[in-house]
Amino acid sequence: MNNGSTGVVDYKAGNLKSVETALRHLGASFYISGDPDKIFKADRLIIPGVGEARTAMENLKQAGLDTAIIDFYNTGKPVLGICIGIQLLFESSTERNTRCLGLLKGTVVRFPETIGLKVPHMGWNQVMPVKKNYLFSGIPAGSSFYFVHSYYPKPAVSDYVLAETEYGIKFASAVGCNNITAVQFHPEKSGKAGLKLISNFLNF
Amino acid sequence: MLEKRIIVCLDVKEGRTTKGIKFKENKDVGDPVKMAETYYKDGVDELVFYDITASAEKRKIMIDVVRRVAERIFIPFSVGGGIADTDDMREVLLAGAEKVSVNSQAVKNPSVIEEGASLFGRQCIVLGLDAARDPGMKNGYRVFINGGRTKTDLDALEWAERAEVLGAGEIVVNSMDADGTQDGYENNLTRLISTNVGIPVVASGGAGRPEHLYDVFTRGKADAALIASMVHYNRYRISDIKKYLKDRGVCVRIVS
Repeated sequence: MNNGSTGVVDYKAGNLKSVETALRHLGASFYISGDPDKIFKADRLIIPGVGEARTAMENLKQAGLDTAIIDFYNTGKPVLGICIGIQLLFESSTERNTRCLGLLKGTVVRFPETIGLKVPHMGWNQVMPVKKNYLFSGIPAGSSFYFVHSYYPKPAVSDYVLAETEYGIKFASAVGCNNITAVQFHPEKSGKAGLKLISNFLNF
Repeated sequence: MLEKRIIVCLDVKEGRTTKGIKFKENKDVGDPVKMAETYYKDGVDELVFYDITASAEKRKIMIDVVRRVAERIFIPFSVGGGIADTDDMREVLLAGAEKVSVNSQAVKNPSVIEEGASLFGRQCIVLGLDAARDPGMKNGYRVFINGGRTKTDLDALEWAERAEVLGAGEIVVNSMDADGTQDGYENNLTRLISTNVGIPVVASGGAGRPEHLYDVFTRGKADAALIASMVHYNRYRISDIKKYLKDRGVCVRIVS
């Protein structure tokens, strides 16, 4: 059912195990690699991860994966960023003032203390699609997904925003631009709705 | 809006789920992997597995349970019990758990929280805190370790605050007074910790009826509630508890 092979970028950040088990469960043809050449050759790419922006960027650069991801994006093949993976696609993050990949215009900022809520934003929260996208096809609007993060993306282009979530403020929990789609939550840990989202990506 | 989480707790001894009262008299209640699957399908938000296996050589059985759970269940789960250092943490995280829970070992060696947080991220590190009422303590509750058998000099709130500074990402507050009674959570203790730390607090011990969860979410200010016996003996289903809470205005995740 899945067309081609999915590359999962391994840049030594976070736990890849849950993405791996979700892909296996869905019967995907995939491989996990930290080799830029192998990553470039994938038919579609997943940038997963949990962690801290600066360390993640440093790991990407050290392995030459930053340019591999940019080159991959330029081929027009589909890219899915997850959690720290969405954040790295923007221009910069205020987390330790990190310069990111810059494929999407905008920044990544911390939840302000003024919202009076606990940070990290951790747990299940509703994701409200604001425009139609294949990623959310077959998933009821307002379905809950699992989040764990202290920083969130602030796109400079409002057209990127695919879905929003409220946590003291409204933020972009899913974005899309050209062949990129990216989500702040963890679809691989979001039960049935999450598995559906990943399978939508695999079948695109 | 962020939803209140319901977490099912499974005490695992040598690969089987057990349930005790006031930390004693453990009875076999089933296969943890099968039970986890049932709760997952019924809409549980998260799972916790505590390895209460006494001997170190039988820990491999637990790792195998973790691996099997990770292959079937696509929601977050944490593992605790006998986690002494970052090597133990790595082992359960690599087996597929999202979080690790430290309790007695963190009291004995608080730097394990710091080291774990810097290696794996704060979101991975859960502090398990067993507390009992004690009017002699500054804020009214004393911390116990070794499954409640050993008294410490720590005040429960002060220990929770320190753990947050060290890098804990979440705290499971277990009331030893309420544990196993099924008379309701210790709302005062839960609120004391939850309103004074900046990280999520999970209430534990004492759940017997859905209204107990309502109380601990509203009066106790808990971010999540741990349940065990309520569902282990099929008295309630997760979906029924959630419906009860939703009907009373608590924001919970309803799975269709």
